[in-house]
Amino acid sequence: MSSDYEYSDDDVDYYDDEEMIDGTQDDYTGDSDDDNMMDFGGDEDIKVPQKGKRKSYEVDFESLSQSAVEKLMAEEVEYICSVCGVDESVASLLLRHNKWNKERLVEKYMDNPTTVLVAAGVTVPEPSASPTQRSAPIPSTPSSRRSTRSASSRLLNTLSGVGVVGGPKPTKSPITSPTLPHHTPRSFKPKPPSSSDPFVCPICFDDTPSLRTLSLDCEHTFCSNCWTAYLVSKIRDEGEHAVRCMAEGCALVCSDPFIRTVIGPGSPAESPAQEEENKKAWSHFQELLVRHYVGCTKRLKFCPYPGCTNTVSCPAAADKSSLVTVVPTVSCGARGIGDQITNAASSGGGASGAGSSGWGLAGKEHKFCFGCNVEADHRPVVCPVARMWLKKCRDDSETANWIKSNTKECSNCQSTIEKNGGCNHMTCKKCKHEFCWVCMGPWSEHGTAWYSCNRYDEKAGVDARDAQSRSRASLERYLHYYNRWANHEQSAKLSIDLYAKTEKKMEDMQITSSLTWIEVQFMKKAVEEAERCRMTLKWTYAMAYYLAKGNEKDLFEDNQRDLERAVEDLSELLEGPIEPESIPTLRQKVTDKTVYVQKRNEIVLEDTAKGFLDGRWGWNVVVEGFDDPEGVEY
Amino acid sequence: MASIAARRLAKELKEIHNEGCPVGITLLEAEDYAKWLFTIEVMGESQYKGEVYTLQFRFDSQYPISSPAVQFVVTEGRQAPVHPICASILGNEWSPVLSVTAVCVTLQSMLASCKKKERPIDNDRYIRNAPDNPKKTQFHYDDDTV
Repeated sequence: MSSDYEYSDDDVDYYDDEEMIDGTQDDYTGDSDDDNMMDFGGDEDIKVPQKGKRKSYEVDFESLSQSAVEKLMAEEVEYICSVCGVDESVASLLLRHNKWNKERLVEKYMDNPTTVLVAAGVTVPEPSASPTQRSAPIPSTPSSRRSTRSASSRLLNTLSGVGVVGGPKPTKSPITSPTLPHHTPRSFKPKPPSSSDPFVCPICFDDTPSLRTLSLDCEHTFCSNCWTAYLVSKIRDEGEHAVRCMAEGCALVCSDPFIRTVIGPGSPAESPAQEEENKKAWSHFQELLVRHYVGCTKRLKFCPYPGCTNTVSCPAAADKSSLVTVVPTVSCGARGIGDQITNAASSGGGASGAGSSGWGLAGKEHKFCFGCNVEADHRPVVCPVARMWLKKCRDDSETANWIKSNTKECSNCQSTIEKNGGCNHMTCKKCKHEFCWVCMGPWSEHGTAWYSCNRYDEKAGVDARDAQSRSRASLERYLHYYNRWANHEQSAKLSIDLYAKTEKKMEDMQITSSLTWIEVQFMKKAVEEAERCRMTLKWTYAMAYYLAKGNEKDLFEDNQRDLERAVEDLSELLEGPIEPESIPTLRQKVTDKTVYVQKRNEIVLEDTAKGFLDGRWGWNVVVEGFDDPEGVEY
Repeated sequence: MASIAARRLAKELKEIHNEGCPVGITLLEAEDYAKWLFTIEVMGESQYKGEVYTLQFRFDSQYPISSPAVQFVVTEGRQAPVHPICASILGNEWSPVLSVTAVCVTLQSMLASCKKKERPIDNDRYIRNAPDNPKKTQFHYDDDTV
């Protein structure tokens, strides 16, 4: 819990410092530089839980529950309270309006508090407006209604080009259009108040004397039932967290305490159903606020798994430019999907007992990439490259390549021609150009050597063939990488079956040998490890496709080959039949292989990650965020 | 909820009957609290001067918290019979204190202020694909002055 304070600091840019990317957090907690750092003592407890030696291919991140995020928000609000000298509800509105950018807000506020307050809908834009707001709604008195006219009629001006509007204008408003002076739109505002008049809600026309009325600082007064209906509809149906006053054109925004009085816990409700509605809307409102905060804060992201409410904080990947050096694979710590989410992040995989609790989808950890939403874990390759690769696989740029490889262009009009039979004497359907399919030269030069082209060295023919062979080579190159990539993807998809099969084997093993359930866990571990490695392998092919030719690439592919070979060996052991007498040897072999595979995987991940940090990798194409490659060569 | 809508509309109707509609606006039909029809006549010097249009209002149970669905009903002409209206007052600037007559007046003055008589450039495409209820459309307001 105390680790929440870790990121309570205000400056997002701060995290872009080098030390945060490659380093531990220690150097950071040392320099207490701000107000909100002061009120806690134990520096030691602040560390992110997964300490130890962080591997170079891992990033520091922290999982936060919704209440933890709310706490962060409260701290930011408190900061603004102390700096700007406003109360909490105002600070909250200001922050929300300024997208939670504290620095900008403070700067602007110091510059001109009134402008900021008006823009955020905290105060009515009048010269006399006081900079602070009464946080609690005030029950209206008949006399308070008098001011509505000035506020609303002033805003009406903006609504229509010619100034004719139907609005809450009392009759004979001074701003009626000059062209249409006879138009006097009627309003549903109460008649100009005389203090003895009973209040009539201008929306529902309820005039019960005991009517409970509410208004914001603008003093547009409505009955509480209308407010409730309005707020519930705005929050539930429109997902709006900055709800404006109901009066037309009034820009005042309902403060949190106001919303709380209307729909919050303890608010008056006419019926149990209404109470339920209010309760839902109130909790939805809280959620909207959290969503807005997380959406505005770069170092925070929601866990994308359905039904999960956790947030992950990853300062190392907050800045887009950092995505060329790190692959921010994070996890919110929860497992499972939908109703079966278990929030207790069990760190070790082996803890799950019998049954399928730790297997397949049900127990899947909520892992995702902080930098992109392409795939949960695309290590070792960085986001821009992974994105590029997937796009290439998805779009039909390869269709074009196929056309290039399997067709030829008419050397006269460049129409694409596929030869599906017949002799080499081609006549373009379009331009009637006659040429030889074999050498691509004009047919007229062939003389009498019909049907057997021996004119290989003609200039025109050589050029045409060159272009073709180049695109063919490029397609073959792509297919080489794609097939291997797809192969690993496929085996990862089949891993569910493999899990089931392995489980069965583990049961058999218990029966046929003296091994206990705990002792046969090595099979499960091996399957998990193999799946993990296949994920790595899969993405190494995407990476290798884009890597520029050279020593670095050779080394990379050596590592890749070693890992691949080890994984295939391990898979073979796992898939093979089990003889009761060979179980002890099999166990030994599988365990050894698992450890070896794990090591090879580490090496690939570690080395690649280091390469990104050192800027060692060169690409054969332009990659977003990287320097342009010098000479493109495959 | 529905009772608020009914009470409110009853009151609006009563006011219309008692005090009459603003000039150029007449109530055609208000048989229930779901659909009302008005005609508006365009006043002032504009391209639409003297023309009469029929407006259809539809209310849901959330009225007046949610805006009414307002459409032009075109009787003659070659296009779809119902033309949705894209005016910010019916969208994000709707306020529960506005009333049916207020909307009529706004639209009337919108037409009155019009200098050019033309359909929006993307009109046909929209009409072809338009949902029955214009409130389901996310409008992008082309002209901020109307």
